[in-house]
Amino acid sequence: MEALVFLINKALVAGLVIGSIYALGAIGVTLIFGILRFAHFAHGDLMTLGAFFTLALAGIGASLGIATPFPIALAALLPAMLLTAASAIAIDRTFYRPLRLAKVRPIIIVIASVGVTLMLQGAIRLVAGVGTRNMFFDQAKDIHRFTLPGARREIVMTEPQVVLVALTICAMVGLHWFLTRSRLGKAMRAVSDNPDLARITGIDTDRVVRATWVTAGALACAAGSLLSMDVFLKPDLAFNLLLPIFAAAIVGGIGQPFGAIAGGFLIGFSETLAIFDWGVLFRELNPLLPALLQLPTSFAFVPTEYKLMVPFVILIIVLVYRPTGVFRGKVF
Amino acid sequence: MIAAAILIAVAIVVFASQGPVYSTRMFVEAGCYALIALGLNLQWGYAGLFNVGVMGLIAAGAATSMIATFPSNPLFWNSGGPGLLGWFLARLGLAILLIVFANMSDRIGFGPKARALAIAVAIAAAWILVTEGVNPMAAEIETKATWIGGFGLPVFVGWLLAAVVAGLISWFIAKVCLGLRADYLAIATIGFAQIIKTFLKNADWLTRGTLTVSPLPWPVVKPAEGEFLLARSLYLCLVAVLIIVIYLALQRAWNSPWGRMMRAIRDNEEAAAAMGKDVNRRRLEIFVIGSMLIGFGGAVLIHFTGVFDPAGFIDLNHTFLVWVMVILGGAGNNRGAIFGALLIYVIWTMSAPAATLLFDALRDYGKVWFDWDAPSDLDSRAFQMRVFVIGLTITLVLRLAPAGVLPETVKHRK
Amino acid sequence: MSYLKVDNLTAGYGQMRILHGVDLEIAKGEIGVIAGPNGAGKSTLLKALFGMADITGGQVSLDGENIASIPPDRLAAHGVAYVPQEYNVFPSLTVNENLEMGAYVRNDDWSAVLDRVYGLFPPLREKRRQPAGELSGGQRQMVAVGRALMIEPKMLLLDEPTAGLSPMFMSEIFDRVLAVNAAGVTILMVEQNAKQALAIAHRGFILANGENSWTGTGRELLDNPDVARSFLGG
Repeated sequence: MEALVFLINKALVAGLVIGSIYALGAIGVTLIFGILRFAHFAHGDLMTLGAFFTLALAGIGASLGIATPFPIALAALLPAMLLTAASAIAIDRTFYRPLRLAKVRPIIIVIASVGVTLMLQGAIRLVAGVGTRNMFFDQAKDIHRFTLPGARREIVMTEPQVVLVALTICAMVGLHWFLTRSRLGKAMRAVSDNPDLARITGIDTDRVVRATWVTAGALACAAGSLLSMDVFLKPDLAFNLLLPIFAAAIVGGIGQPFGAIAGGFLIGFSETLAIFDWGVLFRELNPLLPALLQLPTSFAFVPTEYKLMVPFVILIIVLVYRPTGVFRGKVF
Repeated sequence: MIAAAILIAVAIVVFASQGPVYSTRMFVEAGCYALIALGLNLQWGYAGLFNVGVMGLIAAGAATSMIATFPSNPLFWNSGGPGLLGWFLARLGLAILLIVFANMSDRIGFGPKARALAIAVAIAAAWILVTEGVNPMAAEIETKATWIGGFGLPVFVGWLLAAVVAGLISWFIAKVCLGLRADYLAIATIGFAQIIKTFLKNADWLTRGTLTVSPLPWPVVKPAEGEFLLARSLYLCLVAVLIIVIYLALQRAWNSPWGRMMRAIRDNEEAAAAMGKDVNRRRLEIFVIGSMLIGFGGAVLIHFTGVFDPAGFIDLNHTFLVWVMVILGGAGNNRGAIFGALLIYVIWTMSAPAATLLFDALRDYGKVWFDWDAPSDLDSRAFQMRVFVIGLTITLVLRLAPAGVLPETVKHRK
Repeated sequence: MSYLKVDNLTAGYGQMRILHGVDLEIAKGEIGVIAGPNGAGKSTLLKALFGMADITGGQVSLDGENIASIPPDRLAAHGVAYVPQEYNVFPSLTVNENLEMGAYVRNDDWSAVLDRVYGLFPPLREKRRQPAGELSGGQRQMVAVGRALMIEPKMLLLDEPTAGLSPMFMSEIFDRVLAVNAAGVTILMVEQNAKQALAIAHRGFILANGENSWTGTGRELLDNPDVARSFLGG
């Protein structure tokens, strides 16, 4: 029982949390991939930017004496999401749109996004320093505990984790509604399907592009902020997430937001289950097994340092054997 | 010619302001980067391949050369290490063979689903084989001898081996990824680079991990205490010779029938394919040769710095900086790549003291004019300024001179 | 009184010139057919009219108004609808959503129009919730044309509407074209199946090598032995 709780805490809850982060990031990446047709390398730093906006707004709020029943960082989340969305649009206008209008090859825009990511990195660290920050300003985080019958240890989820999962579910539902019920959402799907035909039909592609950046920026901010609330806010939050997020988007099928969510959780759970020490469970099972079939008491599929290998290997396998991804997105 | 003039002017400024000892060091490193840039230029300019895994190839090349040339470690050879290493290599070989056979299983009649299953099983089996073998070997080596030590080969041999290993790794990457579209290739190469770095950082038995390995042997006289100038100048001459030799070789190749074919493919892939040219094989060749150059340059660089530190390989310095060099120099243009490398490296290195100066001034004047207390980590933030500038350079070059980024195209007959 | 007038049009893609001075004129409510051998520039002519190719010279006017410089996404608002030959539906959107997108530029209640389109293409009504990419070629073509009709266009440009369809579908499509035309829509159609197309055409324009080759009414061209010999063949 203890072992089961351990499994749930370390592998399942953790998988849920990191999976949600990946999912929120991957939605943005896949929308940008599908509608703007390039791999947005600056997405990780967009997430970091969002997290810093949250921190800054929370700090301003705290110094103004605003009191909230929940941590002020959470209150700052919504305005920070708007700020990040606006920044995303500004970045697009300044750096990517001119290249699109000049009809360059997509890879050129990818290189531009590398330039943007370096600029963001530099700028963020210039202004905010390279140190680690606590989003809660040293206040304690609320912790929710659940007990399973028969276990002494409890299943633990912190408040930011709960908010994260709740937000991901809301994002899923909201996205579904937006893409299937609203005119702009359908127009986004249309542009993603066939941009030429969308123009012919008279769809305002500028509006669709703006909507894409708003969605991607807002969700990136949420992902970055909540991740920082879960651990700490570090300026290099970004780069480590880029590869798993891309993997999630590609695995789920480019241009398929729900594929991206599925991909995010697939990769998140694969990671946590791969580095989980199954020996803890095996120890419980060994007394039940004959002497010949004793399982090792310490066993992980992948050592923790090589955690990155999991999304990477999944990505390579998908790229080689099924590039359209699980949900059959585009391979253009 | 303007480029040469600029470079000479810059060189004069640098030597005058920083003194010959520091300057020779800067130019040797810049020269190594020129070698690396030539390799990357080959991949991007000749074949349009977006390789963002440059760091990984540099690290792999440097590691190979380090192991090949470092003096041997008697503790290792006297322990059970070599035996275990031998067994491990055998297992590794077997693992690779398993995967290769599973991949070829379609030739013995496996359908696509069966083949996929076979490959999955082979990968799993290979994984188990390798991981089971690593741990006892690593433990034995690390406790008895810290690491396997080197093989004491001459430095040039080490450098050549670096090229070979980088080529092998890139051959493997290419086999898996080269058919992908450009941004997928970019993502895949970044991933490979991260894996390589992580491996080198954690395989203490192979590289001493964070303990680092030094001093690395030099092909020329090593600097004795305080006597840097002669040694560095010799190294500089060596690097210059290497650059010239490789540049001439590349230009010869470019003007040869092989080069003409490569240009035909680059300018009009479909037509070339229709004419029967094996486009994929050519791209593979270019990718591997370019990677060999990158690995080679990486080895030359790291030997010069004298220390092998896996944690010191950073995407920023070792991938993006090289990309700026190639982009600025005009993709596909070898002279441009060399020029870009030298210029950018000098600017990059000089921008460190410049940034510190700027920020010191900021700190002082800020206090005087605005009574502003600068944050205590202002110096580390100065470094970030350089990151910002690199990013800005990339985006500016793309905005203002996108042709600098695009591979040269043959002028079409009007 | 010409509705659509094309004067000495030169056009192409980037550096490549396809049309070298093409003239074309149709009156309001007519059906015009553009035919000719492969590579003659028929599709390019339609694309140029819709702003999807680069116009380097000449004039294009619709009802007296110069439309050569209007970008494609604004032509829908001018009452011109274009159905490309390939990739002419949104594959992951349902049939209904495809038609909805057709009405994107409208601000009024278009449910009556939707009904009429389903009336014109009855098989689509039962497939309204299916993704358009899953339909057969003929049904996809119906979606493509239906999408264009949602703005109740004044002029409809069709690029090879019967390409790749079975003969049965072909005559169905031509029937629909006639029905749409009967409702007052001017139609300009590029067609490979020149014989059947010219039979329903008021005006015919045969292109070769980017230039006008023969021009006349549909009947005239069909009766012309030179035309028949050189390429009406089958």
